[in-house]
Amino acid sequence: MTTNIAIRNGRVIDPANKLDTITDLFISAGKITAIGQAPDGFSADQEIDATNLIVSPGLIDLCAHLREPGYTRKGNIASETAAAAAGGITTLCMPPITQPIADNTAVIDLIEDLAKQAGNARVLPMGALTQGLKGEQLSPMYALSKAGCIGFTNVREPIRSALTLARCLEYAATHELLVIFQPQDAELAAGGTMHDDTTCTRLGLSGIPESAETIEVARCLLLIEQTGVKAHFGQLSCERSVKMVIDARARGLQVTADIAIQNLLLTDENVSGFDPNFHLIPPLRSQLDRAGLRQALLTDGFQAICSDHQPHELAAKQAPFAATEPGMTGLETLLSLSLMLVQQELITLPQMIEKLTSGPAQVLGLDLGTLTPGSLADICIFDPEQSWSLTEENHRSAGSNTPFINYPLTGQVRFTLLEGQLVFQHH
Amino acid sequence: MFAQQDPNLIQLNSAGQLKHFLTTEGLSRELLTEILDTADSFVDMSAQQVKKVPLLRGKTVVNLFFEASTRTASTFELAAKRLSADVLNLNIKTSSTSKGETLKDTLMTMEAMHSDMFVVRHSDSGAAHYIASQVTPHVAVINAGDGRHAHPTQAMLDMLTIRQHKGDFEPLKVAIVGDILHSRVARSQIHALRTLGAAEIRVIAPTTLLPRHIESLGVKVYTDMNQGLKDVDVVMMLRLQKERMQSALLPSESEFYRLYGLTEEKLKLTHPDSIVMHPGPINRGVEIETSVADGPKSLILKQVTNGIAVRMAVMSMSMSGQMTEHQAQQGGV
Repeated sequence: MTTNIAIRNGRVIDPANKLDTITDLFISAGKITAIGQAPDGFSADQEIDATNLIVSPGLIDLCAHLREPGYTRKGNIASETAAAAAGGITTLCMPPITQPIADNTAVIDLIEDLAKQAGNARVLPMGALTQGLKGEQLSPMYALSKAGCIGFTNVREPIRSALTLARCLEYAATHELLVIFQPQDAELAAGGTMHDDTTCTRLGLSGIPESAETIEVARCLLLIEQTGVKAHFGQLSCERSVKMVIDARARGLQVTADIAIQNLLLTDENVSGFDPNFHLIPPLRSQLDRAGLRQALLTDGFQAICSDHQPHELAAKQAPFAATEPGMTGLETLLSLSLMLVQQELITLPQMIEKLTSGPAQVLGLDLGTLTPGSLADICIFDPEQSWSLTEENHRSAGSNTPFINYPLTGQVRFTLLEGQLVFQHH
Repeated sequence: MFAQQDPNLIQLNSAGQLKHFLTTEGLSRELLTEILDTADSFVDMSAQQVKKVPLLRGKTVVNLFFEASTRTASTFELAAKRLSADVLNLNIKTSSTSKGETLKDTLMTMEAMHSDMFVVRHSDSGAAHYIASQVTPHVAVINAGDGRHAHPTQAMLDMLTIRQHKGDFEPLKVAIVGDILHSRVARSQIHALRTLGAAEIRVIAPTTLLPRHIESLGVKVYTDMNQGLKDVDVVMMLRLQKERMQSALLPSESEFYRLYGLTEEKLKLTHPDSIVMHPGPINRGVEIETSVADGPKSLILKQVTNGIAVRMAVMSMSMSGQMTEHQAQQGGV
């Protein structure tokens, strides 16, 4: 087994340490041992030439559905973590929508076993906030956290009773557990398949108004304030939602937020041709929303950009738009799509890397997403100039349901290391 | 990044002719006029003793109705038969999908029978687009109503009826009244009326039955029927589904009728030469007063007659467009 690796002559960008320089990086026994000068007595078992490449911490994705257990027709932990490795992602958080639902330690143990067997990426399961995600009875959050759950969420399943939600948050706060919201009022969103605006009206699809998200964000924030729980809002799609989160943070609440990369790049107008690959929940919003979300990214409204990876089998997207299942794959394109924000001069390359590494690590309260000597050697080495395309042939995810299939992309991952082990190498 | 998709990319051939008929949106004034002119010639033909022409002889038309419809299915069947096609009527809702077959499976099965045209009605918006994107080349798809999206042949038979009675579209003020939110007919009517140059298109409904930003389609919005009907030349009523009452969109049928039902009294607000239309089937005493539905301004039965002619027109034009495309491709090989 390779234990000593030298990564030579790369542009090392580590936003957590405000580092951006061309230098060498040294790894021993799964950890970063030095940057610049090799440690005394270091002898490389393997050398990686990173000339003209970026060396960054491995990416951390706050939301990726891996579909196992229960939905393996769509993907499994081995296939999806392989896709993550190919995308430079070394850590990913997995929502509890599994079958059975991740509301008991047996499921968490199974997920962790399968992830270890695959060995491609670190999988951090989210536990269900309520049993069966039914919104009625608290899940055994403490036991689940001890089993490895990184946080707790009811995803988009409703908790109709504000009292029940308040108790969930109180209980999580008692044990200092992170609660993750994917805010959506079930009734206001019911039957909706896209943003409720002019394109929706023209196409005659059922709309999801902004209020389906903003009302739930407001309700959650009031209860976060009441309970003092540490909370995170995942995949916000409306400008007003993130403004509310920013205001709450200014009032001293422990709240963070992330956004799916597609909501920073696309709008509801993309649905105009009924392409089911644009059927996403949360939906692609208006141009005004997108502008507001991009502005919030600049002003640290969002701590992280995620993929919201949702692979599907072919049949799930072979139907009229509204009858298809929502979601797109994103692990393999997260980096390249994020680089578009840099190409569009919205953010700098180090800022982009921060939103994909140290930002999400801070949300999770984990000592990851950095190249600080002593930390785990999770590393992504990529060529920011290399053109490529995700195709039906080369994708590793079990799903190819993305509008970016065959789309010209820039920025290709060359090597991914997980705790010092090479888990992906581009040939 | 991705450009907004032109709805005509899929329904026109390389020569700009119709090869599917999925929506009135984006079609040129010339093409809509061609449909109306062609339909006019079929109206005359239907009045003759021999009502058949051989334009679709040897072709197989499959009526794929995933949603119940007696009137539309009958007129499509009759239209296909008058064009001399062989017609297969399938009420899919009660057969294959209930056995777990997907829409794509159904489509592939029908294609294996060497069908030439699918007439599709489906409860999902975009279903006809999806089917048109999946069929093998040379198979024409006619949208007979998809979700809330489009019902283009209904809109064109309405346009034909208006043209027969009013001639020019440009001076016309047209009001569309009722459940705009759920209406595929209204959307198709609005696109067609705009393209044909109607002076003013109004929609009249309570806010609960209006889609958000409906004005973006180029209409004026009225929630007061008395204001909305003032001086209009054409009143197009829409059907109100009874379940709208249960879904809290309306308080009651009687309140809807009081505020938005077309009565003799309200009709007096319109232009003296106004005409009244309804896609049917009508709910008397809910959308329209019986004396108005059966009155001198009503063209409701005329619309049904015109429906056959319009469907003959778009079926023959689409098949012709498919054949032109096929010949062009053959020539190009």
